Amino acid sequence: MTDAAPPGAGLGKDLVGLEGLTGDQIRTILDTAEPFKEISERRIKKVPVLRGKTIVNLFFEPSTRTRISFEFAEKRLSADTVNISATGSSVQKGETLVDTARTLEAMRIDMVVMRHGSSGAARFLADRIPSNVINGGDGQHEHPTQALLDLLTLRDRFGELDGLKVCIVGDILHSRVARSNIWGLLKVGAEVAVCGPRTLIPLGIEELGVSVFGRVEEAIEWSDALYVLRLQLERMKAGFIPSVREYNRVFGVSAERLERAKEALVVLHPGPMNRGVEIDSDVADGPRSVILPQVTNGVAVRMAVLYLLAGGRPDAAEAAKQGET
Amino acid sequence: MLDPSRDVDGIGDLLVVDGRIEAAGGTLQGPDGCEMQDASGLVVAPGLVDLHVHFREPGGEHKETIATGARAAAAGGFTTVWTMPNTDPPIDDPAAVGFVRAEGERAGGARVMPIGAASVGLSGERMTEVGEMVAAGAVAVSDDGHPIWNAGLLRRLLEYTQTFGIPVLQHSEVRELAGFGVMNEGKVSTALGLRGQPNAAEAAMVARDIQLAELTGGHLHVCHVSARQTVEQLRLARERGLRVTSEVTPHHLALTETAVRGYRTEAKMNPPLRTEEDREAVRRALVDGVIDVIATDHAPHHYEEKEREFDDAPFGIVGLETALGLAMCELVEPGHLSLAGLVDRMSCSPARIMGIDAGTLRPGSPADIVLFDPGERWTVEPEAFLSRSRNTPFRGRELTGRVHVTLVGGVERYRRRAPDEAA
Ligand SMILES: [Zn+2]
Repeated sequence: MTDAAPPGAGLGKDLVGLEGLTGDQIRTILDTAEPFKEISERRIKKVPVLRGKTIVNLFFEPSTRTRISFEFAEKRLSADTVNISATGSSVQKGETLVDTARTLEAMRIDMVVMRHGSSGAARFLADRIPSNVINGGDGQHEHPTQALLDLLTLRDRFGELDGLKVCIVGDILHSRVARSNIWGLLKVGAEVAVCGPRTLIPLGIEELGVSVFGRVEEAIEWSDALYVLRLQLERMKAGFIPSVREYNRVFGVSAERLERAKEALVVLHPGPMNRGVEIDSDVADGPRSVILPQVTNGVAVRMAVLYLLAGGRPDAAEAAKQGET
Repeated sequence: MLDPSRDVDGIGDLLVVDGRIEAAGGTLQGPDGCEMQDASGLVVAPGLVDLHVHFREPGGEHKETIATGARAAAAGGFTTVWTMPNTDPPIDDPAAVGFVRAEGERAGGARVMPIGAASVGLSGERMTEVGEMVAAGAVAVSDDGHPIWNAGLLRRLLEYTQTFGIPVLQHSEVRELAGFGVMNEGKVSTALGLRGQPNAAEAAMVARDIQLAELTGGHLHVCHVSARQTVEQLRLARERGLRVTSEVTPHHLALTETAVRGYRTEAKMNPPLRTEEDREAVRRALVDGVIDVIATDHAPHHYEEKEREFDDAPFGIVGLETALGLAMCELVEPGHLSLAGLVDRMSCSPARIMGIDAGTLRPGSPADIVLFDPGERWTVEPEAFLSRSRNTPFRGRELTGRVHVTLVGGVERYRRRAPDEAA
């Protein structure tokens, strides 16, 4: 057997964020996801790739979507999974993250998927336990699997990510989805812009290689893809925007505004949506929307990440899919 | 022998009698039975003076006590330290000031001089009994850890303290701008997804405070300057001849915001580490004399408190035992300051701006003396600190310049043991 690629395609032990990956590593994950897409279409949606591996889904913040998507991915790869959510666990009784790490280490868990409210929490855990750590979203830092599924969705639609113009619209300041997408898109050669009220655009964003649009109309004209972020309604209370109504009027993505867009423009959204706030229903449910394919791709991309971190070779994914492990 | 307070730089003897300097320079003859100390190869300088340390007693003895702090100070070459009052409970009345004084005297380290709280309970509302605290031994007032945000209160403090000839030490931060920022606001905070504090949070407060210093004629001391815009404000104050002095920490001279990457909580401090431009600006200001002194902002924290998510970790690092070495590396080795200039910024200048009897080897002065080897290279091993805490971002860093002996009032308070003498 020839062993060209190193274990895990050189991803390392963990997936903490896309900032630390190369364009080639990202493309490898996307390529590996391709054969896994098809498993979800089968009658028996299961392959024995991770049989005997234990995975803990550790969710310090509620997130139905991401947790379910990871759980599907894990089960379809035949892993044993345990879900721990912050509610009702020792987490709420003041156990520190370092104690949680020690406990996980003692239990000899193979992989941990963690969602946490604090930026850097995934890095913190990854540095302290031998298990593979997959960041399921840490504070306002990164949400790498979300960005990977977004990249896969865009690649499905456009065939090529190099040179694609993508504008992320909304609350960039507080968004881990935005950060992971910025890194991921830049690394595969896309052009990235952001657009939103200046109060929600972080200082120094241009230094990451991103351009800024002040008006959503300009952003729409420029873009091949528009990535609409969820507006957390508490931003209004915190004084970042005067009102949700005004936000919708100035930055909302409506069918009317999209009339000036390129023919091929697509609209993405990480969900859950505030219809009538950042995105209008006729856009969310319209022909430009790729929001449902995003969800489908989420499972395939997470399967690919789990498979690669567990030591699977990218060129063997097709065989693994057939159950020939 | 190096004594910038008298422009002395040469080889000579120093005679100490009854805790005071009797004579300095040339060849001296001591009285019979005089104890001899050979300092050849070492620099003999006035003991270092640190205007800004946090010893955690009362309330945080697991981080640092007055005794461990005072001994760590002596190990760093300091003979006088000013302790901030933000303990639990705070040092906001004469009894508490007396406690810190007494514990400091018992400690057998550097001289411990308490700073009293500026407001009762550090709440920023009502002025403390400044006069009573001064009578009990307080040398200044400050709410450090918090800004004195109420401009009316700061105005009154800058007026009221003039009777007692003491300064008001201000932690300059517009809270509405700093928000809950845990690091500098900019490219790195954006990449890390951490809340940032802009330079303007500091500079805007300093600009306001300078107006109050001008209005009142009081002595405003600006703590731990970190932003280049703050330097511009201080330059204006200097040009206008106001009684505004300021300090910079060794870490703001040595590090930038990139030290936070990897969510390193040992690089979390307030004010935060800034950009390279800011670092250069504060260094230049220190060299030009726009910033008067180096102060450590020594802020001990227990290991477990720093071993956590970045947002939840406390601000601050220990600094007493690395200050001289860092200052040598950052200022003297690259040629920004002479060795005499460094001793001035760490000893003579703090004593001079605060009007205390220190920072000089002039005959008649207290024999507060440091002996250090300016060329000795050593590696920072926090486990060897005399401080009770090890929270430093400089672990493993090689420094130049090492303290050998520290004398306070002629009494040896620190002597470095050679490796073969180590217990
Ligand atoms: Zn302070």
